[in-house]
Amino acid sequence: MVLNMGPQHPSTHGVLRVILELNGEIVVKAEPIIGYLHTGIEKSCEAKTYSQVITLTDRIDYLAPLSNNLGYCLAVEKLLGLEAPKRAQYIRVLLTELTRIASHLVWVGTHAIDLGAMSVFLYTFREREEIMKIFEYVSGQRMMTSYFRVGGLALEPPPGFLDKVRRVMDALPGHIDEYEDLLTNNPIWLGRTKGVGIISGDDAIAMGCSGPMLRGSGVAYDVRKAFPYSSYQDFNFDVQTQTAGDCFARYQVRVAEIRESIKIVRQAMEKVAKMDGPIRTEAPGIIPPSREEMKTSIEGLIYHFKIYTEGFAPPPGEVYQVIESPRGELGFFVASDGSAKPYRVKVRAPSFVNLQSLPKLAVGRLIADVVACIGTTDIVLGEVDR
Amino acid sequence: MESQEADKNPVVQRLRQWDAEAVSEVIEFRGETTVVVPRAHLSRAAAYLASEPFLYFAFLSDITTVDRFPIEPRFEVNYHLLSIARSDRLRLKVRLPGNDPTLPSVTSVWPTANWHERENYDLFGIRFEGHPDLRRILMPDDWEGYPLRKDYPVEGPR
Repeated sequence: MVLNMGPQHPSTHGVLRVILELNGEIVVKAEPIIGYLHTGIEKSCEAKTYSQVITLTDRIDYLAPLSNNLGYCLAVEKLLGLEAPKRAQYIRVLLTELTRIASHLVWVGTHAIDLGAMSVFLYTFREREEIMKIFEYVSGQRMMTSYFRVGGLALEPPPGFLDKVRRVMDALPGHIDEYEDLLTNNPIWLGRTKGVGIISGDDAIAMGCSGPMLRGSGVAYDVRKAFPYSSYQDFNFDVQTQTAGDCFARYQVRVAEIRESIKIVRQAMEKVAKMDGPIRTEAPGIIPPSREEMKTSIEGLIYHFKIYTEGFAPPPGEVYQVIESPRGELGFFVASDGSAKPYRVKVRAPSFVNLQSLPKLAVGRLIADVVACIGTTDIVLGEVDR
Repeated sequence: MESQEADKNPVVQRLRQWDAEAVSEVIEFRGETTVVVPRAHLSRAAAYLASEPFLYFAFLSDITTVDRFPIEPRFEVNYHLLSIARSDRLRLKVRLPGNDPTLPSVTSVWPTANWHERENYDLFGIRFEGHPDLRRILMPDDWEGYPLRKDYPVEGPR
């Protein structure tokens, strides 16, 4: 029997359609059909200036907008040969790690709902909301933050920012214990995830899986360690791996990563609290001058006007910048032809590539396991389809 | 532009030793190495890069195309390779003429290339010979034209 799962199906987290060929309850063949959410973001990028594109990157992966901001800004900075000031880099690390926590919290909650555990969702979204409030406090927006800009940050973080982060970070470890109490030793949870959707480390590499998908299969590859960006080399943290390669292993990796991220956020808070300095690098004609300078000097006003009307033009060339998003290896390929608009922007979306291995996970299992498999690949359809 | 630094890159040296004709150009930009490979040598070079123990580029991160319209050769297909074991990256670039944008598929070397190649076919019209299932992936099956080509209007077809 051939069965359409989706595109309107609650457990596909958006509009994913999977064509399932079934023998009774057993999946013989699974074929993901994507593209329902394709909005042509890459084409739109070519018609915008480099700074305008940042707002589009928010909308690629709407559960981790700051990671996308960061990847794109780093790519353009690489193209320009610039670097953000240290303080801005640490604030970037702090906020992207909060993003990772928020994204993993959504994942734990929704995945638990998919597998029939309703209450976890209510708890994780309670904590996620606290992180969203921090984003709103810092950038004015809960989700579409566009807070990272080329060369640094959009604004100085408001006073009291670190206290708010500290309060959330102090409460979070206890809450994670609560989720683990509800799930980790829960026999139903174990039955639904253990031994389900197994992929070996070699297969995961061959299929291009990254992030928790890869680390759940025993490959200790994390972009933050392998190719440190935004000063990740200044932080102490461990790459979390599990060897089983099943849905439970991926769950364990994600929960452990939340704890690691809390460690990184704490270190970043310490570093930022001790530091003083600009949040934007200085590059006349490329990076907008400070508000103060714009209002008091004629050069500042000219640069401000030119940057916001014409944009800036990086030298011709191509760069590929990779960061570790909550879902894995997020790459931005930006090609410049020397004009003020990017000639080509390509997003290497981790969920697009991870989703490709779904047939490997699901074939030979029950239909109900397909839900667990889709869940643990942690796809965001906005990112898959772009 | 061929710089002296690029020649010191051990990966480029290895490739040159293996087959000098497989490397038609080396570009260094912002610390990233790009090796331009002639179309005829792509399959062999891919297999060599993925399996040679010293190089071991077992992870294909991405395949993406740049349309240089109206310059010929019009298309540049970029393969972003990653060696997890050596923490190294490399970009392979193949240039294709506008009237014959075909390439051998690398799905046999890196199975992950399947969807990447379908995406490039869908949005740029690059044909990958030997691909097991070359269909549109993001656009509807009956879509006409290739949206990411430079001669395709941003606001869509009329």
